[in-house]
Amino acid sequence: MPYSRLIPCLDVANGRVVKGVSFVGLRDVGDPVELAKFYSDGGADELVFLDITATPEGAKTMTSVVAQVADVLEIPFTVGGGIRTVDDASRIIEAGADRVSLNSAALSNPELISEIAELFGSQAVVVAIDAGDGVVHTHGGRNATEIKTVPWAIEAASRGAGEILLTSIRQDGQRTGFDLELTRQVREAISIPVIASGGAGNAQHVVDALRITDAALIASIVHENPSGLKGLRAEIESLGITLRPLKEKV
Amino acid sequence: MSDVVVVDYGAGNTRSVRAALTHLGKSSVVISDPTAILAADFVVLPGVGSARSAMEHLNQTGAADALRTRFDNGGATLGICLGMQLALQTSEEDGGVTCLGLLEGDVRRLQADRVPRLGWANVDPWNESFYFAHSFVGQSTDTVATSDGFCVAVRNGSFFGVQFHPEKSGDAGLNFLEQCLTLV
Repeated sequence: MPYSRLIPCLDVANGRVVKGVSFVGLRDVGDPVELAKFYSDGGADELVFLDITATPEGAKTMTSVVAQVADVLEIPFTVGGGIRTVDDASRIIEAGADRVSLNSAALSNPELISEIAELFGSQAVVVAIDAGDGVVHTHGGRNATEIKTVPWAIEAASRGAGEILLTSIRQDGQRTGFDLELTRQVREAISIPVIASGGAGNAQHVVDALRITDAALIASIVHENPSGLKGLRAEIESLGITLRPLKEKV
Repeated sequence: MSDVVVVDYGAGNTRSVRAALTHLGKSSVVISDPTAILAADFVVLPGVGSARSAMEHLNQTGAADALRTRFDNGGATLGICLGMQLALQTSEEDGGVTCLGLLEGDVRRLQADRVPRLGWANVDPWNESFYFAHSFVGQSTDTVATSDGFCVAVRNGSFFGVQFHPEKSGDAGLNFLEQCLTLV
């Protein structure tokens, strides 16, 4: 089995990282390239960039951000937000992203999952599910749909998704731990890996999630102290989860 | 002339492998021209797309024959992920695909706890972690390294193939790439 993965998530608007990243040790806290490098050096196993602009101009800016990030980053990264067509996905992958994350576009057009998977392989397609009260939500968790969470995860996997990014709306931003029951239910229903998201407040929370699933998305816990990522990794390891060994820079 | 030819399949992310080469001070060009493939000091067969579309592209452009001739001539080539799988004889992917056949062996659907097999994993006997993202896996008598028991590196003469992504494996990956480049 590959090592459990720790994945910082960065929200990007108009080419800048937004939302609560603290200033420790960073020249320009809003620069996605600098932050990406910083987290990579700190031991992130992967990164996720979420474009929260969702405008045509935003998409163009995002493509250029992706290219700049790809030129300096030597770990994999996923890009989500505003990817609605195969062309959108191609643009982002050809700019240097390893994977795209689909959310509402996959709900309204599930074929999109298979089309991108056929072109780039399943490993390039992440389906993001914002889950609450047993159903999938859209618009950043504000709108509930009729679609049940577990059946949707099964359908996404059968259509060629290579991973599920599962966010608990209830837990997101609460910092009281992941929704373990939801994570367990979804992971047991499918055979592709699952990233738990929403609720990480401390190392123990991450450990609890990594005992039942493949990877954990972390946001505020690391943005408040970006240089604390190494310490967080050490704490997680001391609590019994083996992460990939980091090489000390010579 | 560029130091490295990165073979073009017509789609996918070749930017990362070029960025890693740039980091190591090597210029590169993404091309499927047979003459360029034959003349290059070093060729990278990157890991993008699916087996069928990649082989179709390589056959149509003449790159497939150029890669075989290059192999016979002893020209150094590194296959990454799909690029390693394409060097074997056949792949189960996309309903069955005839590959380049530079090395003995074939490619089968991965039988693992979770597929795709995603993330960093240790490679034996190198005792180093690299990043993997694959749903298929090679089997070959030319296997030189394994991970979780799977064949993840093959070598025969001037061809070296790895299932992991050195361009996405941090310093370990860059060190690996650098060593490959010195084989020229």
